[in-house]
Amino acid sequence: MTALEKINAPPTRLGGTALYDWDRLVQEDRAHRLIYTDPAIFEAEMTNIFGGTWTYLAHESEIPNDNDFITRRLGLRPLIVVRDGNGKIRALYNRCTHRGTTLCRWDKGNSKSFQCPYHGWNFLNTGKLRGVPWPDGYAEDMRDPKYNIAQVPRVESYRGFIFATLNMDALPLVEHLGPIAKVIDEWLDRNPGGKVVVCEANRFRYKGNWKLAYDNSCDGYHVAYSHRSLLETENRFAGENAKGMAYYRNSPDTQPMYMRYTGRGNHFKDKRPNLEQRPGGLWALESAHPGMEHYEAEFIRRYGDRAFALLDLAGSEPVNINVFPNFSLLGNHIQVFEPVGVEETNAIWYGTMIVDDGKVPKDAVTDINALRMRTQEGFPNFGEVDDIANFEQIQRGLMALEDEWVYMNRGFGIPDRVKTDADGTITAPATDEAFMREHFKEWKRLMKARPNLAIQREP
Amino acid sequence: MNAPAQKPDPSRTSHYVNDALYRALIENFSDWQDDARAVTDLAVRDEFRRLLEREARLLDQLRYDDWLAMYTPECVYWVPSTPQAGDPRREISVMFDDRRRLEDRIYRMRTGFAWSQAPASRTVRLITNVEAFATARDDTRMLRSNFLVSEFWGDETRVLTGWAGHRVTRDGAGWKIEAKQVNLIDCDQSIRNPSIIL
Repeated sequence: MTALEKINAPPTRLGGTALYDWDRLVQEDRAHRLIYTDPAIFEAEMTNIFGGTWTYLAHESEIPNDNDFITRRLGLRPLIVVRDGNGKIRALYNRCTHRGTTLCRWDKGNSKSFQCPYHGWNFLNTGKLRGVPWPDGYAEDMRDPKYNIAQVPRVESYRGFIFATLNMDALPLVEHLGPIAKVIDEWLDRNPGGKVVVCEANRFRYKGNWKLAYDNSCDGYHVAYSHRSLLETENRFAGENAKGMAYYRNSPDTQPMYMRYTGRGNHFKDKRPNLEQRPGGLWALESAHPGMEHYEAEFIRRYGDRAFALLDLAGSEPVNINVFPNFSLLGNHIQVFEPVGVEETNAIWYGTMIVDDGKVPKDAVTDINALRMRTQEGFPNFGEVDDIANFEQIQRGLMALEDEWVYMNRGFGIPDRVKTDADGTITAPATDEAFMREHFKEWKRLMKARPNLAIQREP
Repeated sequence: MNAPAQKPDPSRTSHYVNDALYRALIENFSDWQDDARAVTDLAVRDEFRRLLEREARLLDQLRYDDWLAMYTPECVYWVPSTPQAGDPRREISVMFDDRRRLEDRIYRMRTGFAWSQAPASRTVRLITNVEAFATARDDTRMLRSNFLVSEFWGDETRVLTGWAGHRVTRDGAGWKIEAKQVNLIDCDQSIRNPSIIL
């Protein structure tokens, strides 16, 4: 039996009454500036959102072996995500139970135990206290579970993606993901063996609220303008054969691509229907990347008809899959949003590579990955930089106190534009802000709730 | 009639970024800072110091065409995402540009729609601790220098700092840069909008 400790009094309520009138702050078609700027709301989010719902932590390929660890955060809580000696993945609070010192200062490594640098308390990577210097100086039995490291009680993986929540009433992860799990399956299954491995990242920081990134995750409206420099650059030699996201330029709403909301704040934007469904269809859309002509010629020479299906593995999958509040799969990236403060956020684009499943020619794996690294560096370098510049400028704009509202009403109120299916999923044109209206309903539900949160310790 | 084989234009197509280049790059940027191979001739070191100072000045002045002319046609500009600079075939880089992508980078900033560079950052680069090392090739040297880039954008000044490795090769009376590896001290951490050329 593991000891569970219930966490009381989420700070969305003070003295039993709501901190804010959430229905006034988030309306059907607009949101109040305070939700992006108010430190008290941010603090409540760290409990009710980053804690109250499933939050992405890491990918299993980052801790492939027993006793591997990485340090991450759940909201602002510092964590050690570790695979213990029995292969069980745990999310330990990175904090000594004695005085609160950070236990592990390294980003990653392999260790069976963590010793506090301050007084030398030593913990197994299961979280259990192994020993303290001179224990006879304590009247108490130091085997009391309260001295074992606090850990997140619920840590579950879906096909390698590790999520965690403190909410004892949250649905099992796979049920929580619901219909978006199938889209994640499709994203994975185009890769050999249905697998990817994380291989470092493009890491950004912006001075703006974390929701500005999530509001962008499914936004097909900004592409033509926020990314105009990218669209122009990647098409500077393209002529008739438009490259990259050029299909956004002319009336994107008339294209077969769409956005779909699948519940619980999760949504995806599917640009796949815009592509030619043939081997090489994805590759044909790739703009210029280092080495592409060499590898294309080499693959045609080596693999003949099979070359283009292999080159597609280096191409960016044209879908954005977003799991509220902090996870996106887009192109071949795993993008993660980490709140740093109410007005500061990390946006991390983890790269992924393919693995040898015995079916892809062995000598092709290294070359596909060499190309895939370069295709993945394209958007962060030439696209994300402009988005986060715009997020920062939103945060500044929201300092205009009296102009209170942020609008998300594109498509709202137009008959037959937004379609709700029998399973509750909502589909709209790719530039519609329906995704944002819907994820804010989930945000509001979580902020109003009194979640059943807990931490646990080894017995 | 046999026309002489045309070498592909690296500004338009990328044939030179291949497995051989990656292997050479990894080898050339491993174990090169060897005291036994340090160039001690002060006049020679000064020549390299001037080359690096000129590069810094051209970048500060946004003179990108002049800056690119300091590079060989088939060049590499590489900002690793780990302090150990792993194999770029299996590790994402902060930036990994061939000539064409460097020209993309410059083209993008000149579109007028690169919002992260609208207006353009003002930068001042300090280049210090310049050392030069001999290589196995007579016509090639490796340079190490420390840099500190102060970047003013919006209403604040940010600092990007680290050390760079340049691989330079003889070009007539002077030298051209074949590869530049920029090692930010915080390359594996979240960096505030790195949208300038380092």
